[in-house]
Amino acid sequence: MPLWTPDPTFYPSPKMAMEAPPEKVAFVAMLNVGNGSRKDALGVVDTDPGSVSYGQVVGKVDMPQGDNELHHFGWNACSSCLCPYAPHPHMERRYLIVPGISSSRIHIIDTKPDAKRPKIVRVIEPGEFTRRTGYTAPHTIHCGPDGIYGSALGSADGGGPGGVFVMDPESFDILGKWEVYRGPQNLAYDFWWHLGYDTMVTSEWGTPNMVKDGVNPEILLKGGYGHALHVWDLRRRRHLQALDLGSEQQMVLELRPVHDPRQSYGFVGVVVSLKDLSASIWVWSQENGAWSVKKIIEIPAEPADPDTLPPLLQGFKAVPPLITDINLSLDDRFLYVSCWGTGEFRQYDVSDPFNSKLTGSVHLGGIVRKAAHPKQPKVPLNGGPQMVEVSRDGRRVYFTNSLYSPWDKQFYPEGVRSWMVKLNAAPQGGLEVDPDFFVEFGDMRGHQVRLEGGDASSDSYCYS
Amino acid sequence: MNLTGTFAGLGTTAMLVVLLLGAFHGINPGMGWLFAVALGMQERSGAAVGRSLVPIALGHAMAIGAVVLLALLLGTVIPLTYIKIAVALILLGFGVYCLFRQRHPRGGGMRVGFGDLTAWSFFMASAHGAGFMVLPVLLGSFVKTTHSAHAASGMEILSLVSPMAAIMATVVHTMGYLAVTGLIAWVVYRKLGLALLRKAWINLHLVWAVALVLSAAFTLLT
Repeated sequence: MPLWTPDPTFYPSPKMAMEAPPEKVAFVAMLNVGNGSRKDALGVVDTDPGSVSYGQVVGKVDMPQGDNELHHFGWNACSSCLCPYAPHPHMERRYLIVPGISSSRIHIIDTKPDAKRPKIVRVIEPGEFTRRTGYTAPHTIHCGPDGIYGSALGSADGGGPGGVFVMDPESFDILGKWEVYRGPQNLAYDFWWHLGYDTMVTSEWGTPNMVKDGVNPEILLKGGYGHALHVWDLRRRRHLQALDLGSEQQMVLELRPVHDPRQSYGFVGVVVSLKDLSASIWVWSQENGAWSVKKIIEIPAEPADPDTLPPLLQGFKAVPPLITDINLSLDDRFLYVSCWGTGEFRQYDVSDPFNSKLTGSVHLGGIVRKAAHPKQPKVPLNGGPQMVEVSRDGRRVYFTNSLYSPWDKQFYPEGVRSWMVKLNAAPQGGLEVDPDFFVEFGDMRGHQVRLEGGDASSDSYCYS
Repeated sequence: MNLTGTFAGLGTTAMLVVLLLGAFHGINPGMGWLFAVALGMQERSGAAVGRSLVPIALGHAMAIGAVVLLALLLGTVIPLTYIKIAVALILLGFGVYCLFRQRHPRGGGMRVGFGDLTAWSFFMASAHGAGFMVLPVLLGSFVKTTHSAHAASGMEILSLVSPMAAIMATVVHTMGYLAVTGLIAWVVYRKLGLALLRKAWINLHLVWAVALVLSAAFTLLT
């Protein structure tokens, strides 16, 4: 039903969005690896410090079928609805589009009228998804100015190419494959855009066949996983430029373009370097229409006793940081970096993207470190900082510790015990663990987090 | 045929209504001023706001002009009553469609030149039936001005109407449109800022749909 005035969670600019009220709940993808039905769920976590159930799972909706491997998800509508060339500001931010990366099934979940009791209103079955797009393994979802966009890892046979698809924002029908001209692009993972420049950027992981059984050492050592970014003309849906980071830079994952539409740069994390198991952050940028990419941060592997390492890593005698997710505050000032292997979470001041400063660091979990949370200081944690989300005002940072079940098994073979934490971020930099917020998921595993009303990676803007 | 007090065959009242309809179209953020403001912000330049208003107004004028000219030309060979029924049906169709389905224009973008902006404005105005909204008042006006020459049978042919009338109506409409859309763009860019969008952007789509349906009724009743 159209609204009479714009949805109050839509903001013209990222600066205005920073004045949004704090989120009262968070939505979390919950993976079911263990118990019988293997039905994943979307959980609702209370994030209101004034509430008696603060830091607890207060609602949950099970997916109708098992083995979906819920991963990333997004909103049906967001601030990009205010964009001037395709305005439709009276849509409601209401539905979460929740794909299963293993099943290619897409769930449409209604978060109203009661956010704590979300309901599944439509399921797009894998057959329909693949018939309409030619793709499998849908991954990232972003609400765009003219529709819902998603990325997918591969084609119908589980090989390449992966790419981008489009959904109708009202009927949720799958409209089809996005690309008109793909150029050399074959691998896919994340995507986002610079709306002010009509530019899309995509990243590379691997095809479903390359990733479904976990990290394949043979492919990895040959440099066979993704190591490039792709720049696209968002209007004409055409490939413009490939930016190769070098084949030793394996698995180029989360893309965080700046929110200010006047700027044309952004950050991407690389999981591991074949040279020394380090992980890195790169910046892409544009000058006179030519795009380039440059490494700005390198985090080294930490030496470790092989007995403390999973079989995959024993030969290396080191634990790799494994940057698996990053996030950028709405003012484009602070970059957050998850090191899932070493159990470290970092905050950098990236006001000057080519001259970043480390401003905060917190240890939780980790393959060797197993750092504890202040709420249970004697209990060693496994898993590590992973899917991270930042509140619109930039003051609260949430993350979970599970990654992708085949990877969980390889790097934490004892089985990831899943948790979600909250950090408080000081306005001028610095991180502190909230001792009262420690969510445990029992035999489920928390993955991506989305905050009520929007967060730092849900909305894009056409005005600065 | 007495042309006193008319503009190329159009009455003063009709011209005033055409001007006001232009102003009404100019208020709609989705029809021009908001895009101009956005482009000004993107380039950090007030001049860019003014510059982009030119193709936006041109595109709007083309959308209005095309429909008006087509209707008047058809009017020289088809009886007025048939044209009015056709226009009313089209307006009703647009109105009902707008009520039940909010289309999202695709293929737009922020990196737009003169031609892109003209085309965008043309399509936005056309897709909202802006030209058809102007027709009823023109057709109504012709009935009155042609009364003296023909019996009011409804079967008149507009053989005496020159294309000048269509051009005149389009120019007047566009002046009203540009004055309002330009004023709002300037005030928002310079003074108010975009925060007002969050509260003040009422659902003109619904108002618009109602206006289309009313125009359909007006066409048949005059």
